Amino acid sequence: MPPVLEVRNLRKTFKNLVAVDDISFQIEPGICFGLLGPNGAGKTTTIEMIEGITEPTSGEIIYRGKPRDKSFTLEAGIQFQSTSVMERLSSREILELFHSLYPKTIPMQRLIDLCDLEPLLKTPADKLSGGQKQRLMFALSLVNDPEIVFLDEPTTGLDPQSRRNLWKLVERIKSKGKNVVLTTHYMDEAEILCDYLVIIDHGKIIAEGPPQKLMKTHFDYFYVCIDKEDFHPKQGYFDEPLVTHNGHVEIQSKSVEATLQNLIQQDIRLHSLRVRNPTLEDLFLKLTGHSLRD
Amino acid sequence: MLWALVFPVCVVAAISISFSKDNQEIFKVGIYQPADQVVHHFQLSDEVFIGTVEYQDFEKALERIRHHQLDMLFSATQPQRYWINETSTKAHVLEKLLLATADPVFVRETVSGRQIRYVDWVIPGVLGMNVMFGALFGIGFVIVRYRKNGVLKRLQATPITPMHFLTAQVVSRLTVLLVVAVLVYSGCNYFLNFLMLGNYLTLILVAVLGIFSMISLALIVASRIASEELANGLLNFLSFPMMLLSEVWFSLDDAPDWLVGVSNLLPLTHMVKAAREIMINGAGIMAVSHHLWVLAAMSLVFLGVAAFLFRWNEK
Repeated sequence: MPPVLEVRNLRKTFKNLVAVDDISFQIEPGICFGLLGPNGAGKTTTIEMIEGITEPTSGEIIYRGKPRDKSFTLEAGIQFQSTSVMERLSSREILELFHSLYPKTIPMQRLIDLCDLEPLLKTPADKLSGGQKQRLMFALSLVNDPEIVFLDEPTTGLDPQSRRNLWKLVERIKSKGKNVVLTTHYMDEAEILCDYLVIIDHGKIIAEGPPQKLMKTHFDYFYVCIDKEDFHPKQGYFDEPLVTHNGHVEIQSKSVEATLQNLIQQDIRLHSLRVRNPTLEDLFLKLTGHSLRD
Repeated sequence: MLWALVFPVCVVAAISISFSKDNQEIFKVGIYQPADQVVHHFQLSDEVFIGTVEYQDFEKALERIRHHQLDMLFSATQPQRYWINETSTKAHVLEKLLLATADPVFVRETVSGRQIRYVDWVIPGVLGMNVMFGALFGIGFVIVRYRKNGVLKRLQATPITPMHFLTAQVVSRLTVLLVVAVLVYSGCNYFLNFLMLGNYLTLILVAVLGIFSMISLALIVASRIASEELANGLLNFLSFPMMLLSEVWFSLDDAPDWLVGVSNLLPLTHMVKAAREIMINGAGIMAVSHHLWVLAAMSLVFLGVAAFLFRWNEK
């Protein structure tokens, strides 16, 4: 199947700053596509150029085989990272207003049920909590029954429960066969929600692919972790690669059994032992030399 | 900050220019087609107490006499004549003064008419000023705030066009302001029972066009900026000259021509003058049509410029 959306050589500069530096990717139909990167990596600029909010300095954006035009707004649902709505209107009035702006819409009641908005309908927008506001903004992005939904850091600043609620909503629209384009700097969010990831840093793509495949490509080891204070090898050194990180020693182990035997031979206390898979955070660190939160 | 320093100076300057003549005048005399000798005569006699205003438009001058806004009118054309309002006491005193000091070569003419109280004269200005503030700050601030907190960006992601959005703003704000203006008018009229000689529909037409032009002006201010502080400064920069120079509180009959020219560039001037002519003089729609055309043209030009300049976000 041809890609739903294709970005070719997209570039955006602001005065002397290159925000997005010649990036290209494709979005296959029916997937959740993730743009992962630290703050300031160029995720929002990229997604806003695709949405038509920011004019690219150069490059092409192709939607369903044709250059994207104004009619794209009819088929796209957009949730911005930080926008607001008319603060004095109630949630219901805001939903009705946005409902009236599109020729093709999803029935109001279905939208209200989908996003659990029933208890909030009479609440003015400026009285909503962070999580409630995100749910309302999410509903607004779905009001036109879009083919492709853009979510720019939808869970930033939310408490863990609100994040999980929003993930459930994203899963629900994914299950309806819609395309989702998501930016995030949370690796767990990217791992759970995204079928395909593009990792960007300083405006450039540094890796891309399905999350599992990315991990397999870049990691052929597990992490065996032990508290640093317990790690005193009898022979004075340890013959597997390791890093020290946040008071832990993380051994890059190609065989967990062999590493464990090695640890026992070296008389190392194992009560703090933990084995974990590499994460996207590790991948990012490996590729860039700095962490996602830097 | 700069504005806070410059602004009071501008206000004082505008008032002092408008009232640059000596304020000890007791009598106000109009002179139609002045001849040197007439002006000379009045300047010699009690120049401190008698102010003179020159008129090129005889009807306008006569109207001032009718409404007690002038105490006496002179015409230098032969035979030399003067007009007074029979019901004005000041006119009688001035006439006595004149006859005592000058040769009685003038022909006496009289007119009559109800005195226009200051409240009758000022009410169109106050109502106009009220809708001006409602239009400029009501719409200007809201759009700038919408841009600042991202509401406009959210709307940009919908199929709505800038022209749609601006038209919706104009229509909704115009309706609200018109209803408010009618309520304020009715409320004031209940207590003050002011003069209204003209047609209410014509007055409403003036209000609609006046509000429309000032909303469009506010849209230009709000077309790009995202700072409420800057918007506030710009809106003050527009509203205060209008409040001082659009004949809201005082007439610019005595003011220099260039100031009258500036005043004519302001939409509030045309709104207030048209409303005043309708209310005080009972002018019909044709008599105020020049003001209506100016307001309509200003509205369309301002709206066009606003739509051209408009940006959803500040980038």
